[in-house]
Amino acid sequence: MHDKTLTELAAGLTAGDFSSRELTDHFLGRIERLDSEINSFITVTAEQAQASADAADATRRQGDAGPLNGLPLALKDLFCTQGVRTSCGSRMLDNFVSPYDATLVEKLAAAGAVSLGKTNMDEFAMGSSNESSYYGPVKNPWDLAAVPGGSSGGSAAAVAAGLTPAALGTDTGGSIRQPAAFCGITGLKPTYGRVSRYGMVAYASSLDQGGPMARSAEDCALLLGAIAGHDPRDSTSVTRGVPDYRAELNAPLAGLRIGLPREYFGEGLDPDVEVAVREAIRVYESLGASVQDISLPHTNLAIPAYYVIAPAEASSNLSRFDGVRFGHRCENPSDLIDLYKRSRAEGFGSEVKRRILMGTHTLSEGFFEAYYKKAQQVRRLIRQDFLDAFDEVDVLMGPAAPTPAFDLGANKDPLSMYLQDIYTIAINLAGIPGISVPAGFIGQRPTGLQILGPHFAESQLLNVAHQFQQATDWHLKRPVFGEENS
Amino acid sequence: MQWETVIGLEVHVQLATQSKIFSGASTAFGAAPNTQACAVDLGLPGVLPVLNESAVAMAVQFGLGINAEIPEVSIFDRKNYFYADLPKGYQTSQMYHPIVGPGEVEIVLGDDKTKRIRVHHAHLEEDAGKSLHEDYHGMSGIDLNRAGTPLLEIVSEPDMRSAAEAVAYLRAIHAIVTYLGVSDGNMAEGSMRCDVNVSIRPEGQAAFGTRAEIKNVNSFRFVERAIAFEVERQIELLEDGGRVVQETRLYDPEADETRSMRTKEEANDYRYFPCPDLLPVVLDKAYVDHLRSTLPELPAEKRARFENALGLSAYDAGVLSSSRPMAEYFEAVKEVCGDAKLAANWVQGELSGQLNRENLSIDDSPVTAQQLGELVLRVKDETINGKAAKQVFAALWNGEGDSADAIIEAKGLKQVTDTGAIEAMIDQVIAESPVQVAQYQDADPDKRGKMIGYFVGQVMKASRGTANPQQVNALLKQKLDP
Repeated sequence: MHDKTLTELAAGLTAGDFSSRELTDHFLGRIERLDSEINSFITVTAEQAQASADAADATRRQGDAGPLNGLPLALKDLFCTQGVRTSCGSRMLDNFVSPYDATLVEKLAAAGAVSLGKTNMDEFAMGSSNESSYYGPVKNPWDLAAVPGGSSGGSAAAVAAGLTPAALGTDTGGSIRQPAAFCGITGLKPTYGRVSRYGMVAYASSLDQGGPMARSAEDCALLLGAIAGHDPRDSTSVTRGVPDYRAELNAPLAGLRIGLPREYFGEGLDPDVEVAVREAIRVYESLGASVQDISLPHTNLAIPAYYVIAPAEASSNLSRFDGVRFGHRCENPSDLIDLYKRSRAEGFGSEVKRRILMGTHTLSEGFFEAYYKKAQQVRRLIRQDFLDAFDEVDVLMGPAAPTPAFDLGANKDPLSMYLQDIYTIAINLAGIPGISVPAGFIGQRPTGLQILGPHFAESQLLNVAHQFQQATDWHLKRPVFGEENS
Repeated sequence: MQWETVIGLEVHVQLATQSKIFSGASTAFGAAPNTQACAVDLGLPGVLPVLNESAVAMAVQFGLGINAEIPEVSIFDRKNYFYADLPKGYQTSQMYHPIVGPGEVEIVLGDDKTKRIRVHHAHLEEDAGKSLHEDYHGMSGIDLNRAGTPLLEIVSEPDMRSAAEAVAYLRAIHAIVTYLGVSDGNMAEGSMRCDVNVSIRPEGQAAFGTRAEIKNVNSFRFVERAIAFEVERQIELLEDGGRVVQETRLYDPEADETRSMRTKEEANDYRYFPCPDLLPVVLDKAYVDHLRSTLPELPAEKRARFENALGLSAYDAGVLSSSRPMAEYFEAVKEVCGDAKLAANWVQGELSGQLNRENLSIDDSPVTAQQLGELVLRVKDETINGKAAKQVFAALWNGEGDSADAIIEAKGLKQVTDTGAIEAMIDQVIAESPVQVAQYQDADPDKRGKMIGYFVGQVMKASRGTANPQQVNALLKQKLDP
């Protein structure tokens, strides 16, 4: 069952081939047997999952099961879940049990989906390798010596390993698309404002966006339909209607205009990744698409702008973790300042502290104009680059990450880690949607093709990705790991 | 040396919304600690603010009420600092693009002169919670009921030159917000409080002196006294060869002094930046025009109308327009009785006197405007005389009857204007007072004016106060004067 896509599992439930409870128990069993190898879950909620599965089966018997009813999935551990620890991969929230559900969690539950548990992640979603988690690194099921990418590394690894058919991730600078590429799965970052951020622990509010991670574009379409839409509790979510994302999956690609940003194929791109991406693009040409080079002239400014804006917002967003009302509190504080200092010093890891310091600095008097304001100006230029590009082409394509998954512990220098997001970060700054689809292997490690579209072009992105997956079978490959070796 | 005082005020007005500025929790005052703080107010991980539209409407109404510019776009910023009663570690405020632009407020000074005080801007922000340092045995209690309560901070230009002007300005702001109904203006409950910026400079000098900011003063009287103390302190400091340092001070009403809280060097760097969780507030012209069309008549307009159209004195117009309940009461009395001057006299005289004696506000008056209006009408149409009217008022106050007419009827206070009836009473009094009549008639005509009072009193007594005193007087003179 774990080799099937979410769409196939939905069909199996409808046909009565198995019950949600059987499906859920199957995945819970795999998590129990195999997750010790890859550490992709922080919390497994077996009992709640079984109860939800039984309820979903009852709903189905009554004949009112929606498309997601009874399907298991996992949640990145920054979606607040009532009564269940929401740790954000941090010691700071190791003891935090949310008293409320995030909007996406509510929506999935209302659709009858079954949550298996909460997946590992870089601490507060800050990282590209899942090595900054308080709960230890996640390993890539394709090669246990490799990282799964980050920050949604647990979600990506769990889907790739067949521990869950799908998961929710979040993407602030590539945190869905890069791990999807590293783990050989499909991950979609929707347009900023397409899905609600209410109940997602904030890293950088103007960039954060939740999205589906699954085995296929079709699965992502199924999930996006359930989680998209306006939320009156999130002022930045848009009121625009939600289309049926599966309706256009099979539209033919003849005449599709693909742009290849020159800046995404330059220095720093691993030659093997480039070969895989160019091979994928040839597949599109064979499907009737035309390809042209295009320029996104401000690409080289994306990482600097991001590392001003995101840490600035983070430094403010993370101020609430002060040891007063929830989260980690130091022992025997002598006064309020001591309480703040030691609770935060003990609760946060080094990457989180680094970004809080950077953000605090760039917002300080005397630096605000030079850093924050300038970065916002750059952000507008980057957005304009994409708007101009989409005047000429329908979608942009390129690599999701400059290299395949690297070895655990290989990227010790923060700057080289930041460069991992060179092809993904500008998309968050521009607010446009992007999807990463499996596009081959370098050795045993997967690599991904990234497809970008204009704001709210998710239907088109899913169509373009799905057609690729009809013509290729990269997304159907499965890793063999752990006890499955024997 | 002659010193000139320069004062600017930052007035924090709590807006009278039902729920908080960014959450659905109630803003009602006085609930048990932390019972009116929802997930958003607690700053739980993952929560997001949603702007309360009625807070926006109230802020705009205030802006229109002071003829301010209403910018099309305003933006919320985060003011970052740590404090135990500030749950998110930042206060959501408006630093760079406030909702209300420059406007002005007219104040009335003691000699009925007016002065215009410029308002620099007014911005929306959320209040913090409260730290309670007593009763917790070395610990502090945090009550987050107030966290997220909408505040409008109204920042004046440094246009005031005395404590009296500052108080008059504060009263004018109070009148405007309560007229508009955008705040209950209850200073005792903290619905209105202000930060006072005070500096002095040698008279004639153009440049401002260094200012001290006195935080969180919460009554008209304290504003006056805090400024008085602070001005004295600064004069002494400068005349002793010292200098004023820019600092934040606290007024202690018990000791009647201001004390230093922190100097400029110790001040926080608040690291303001636009709040990414909230969209810019865009107000289209139709929305602002609609709010403008719903504005009530404001104190300054009312004062002018009372003076010019109703013919009241400047003083009466000022007093009767000073608060919306007072003005509404007066206007209701005037409607019923049809005489503005009589209505003004009664509201300011008998009614205000009795309210003051019993320490009641006009909203709690046992005599309704309708009742008082009917009473004044009976004075005006001479159904009763002034003396009887006071009896009727007392009876209404004590709940002895529902209406002036009923009381007049029950107590038989209807004024007797029938000449025949009055003459009969006069004849009887004259008949019973031969000595006094003789004295009167023997007296020098100049003295008779005073002496007639005795007869008037006797006749009024005989009529149980109901005889028309003017008629009694005239008829007595006819009968007695030789």
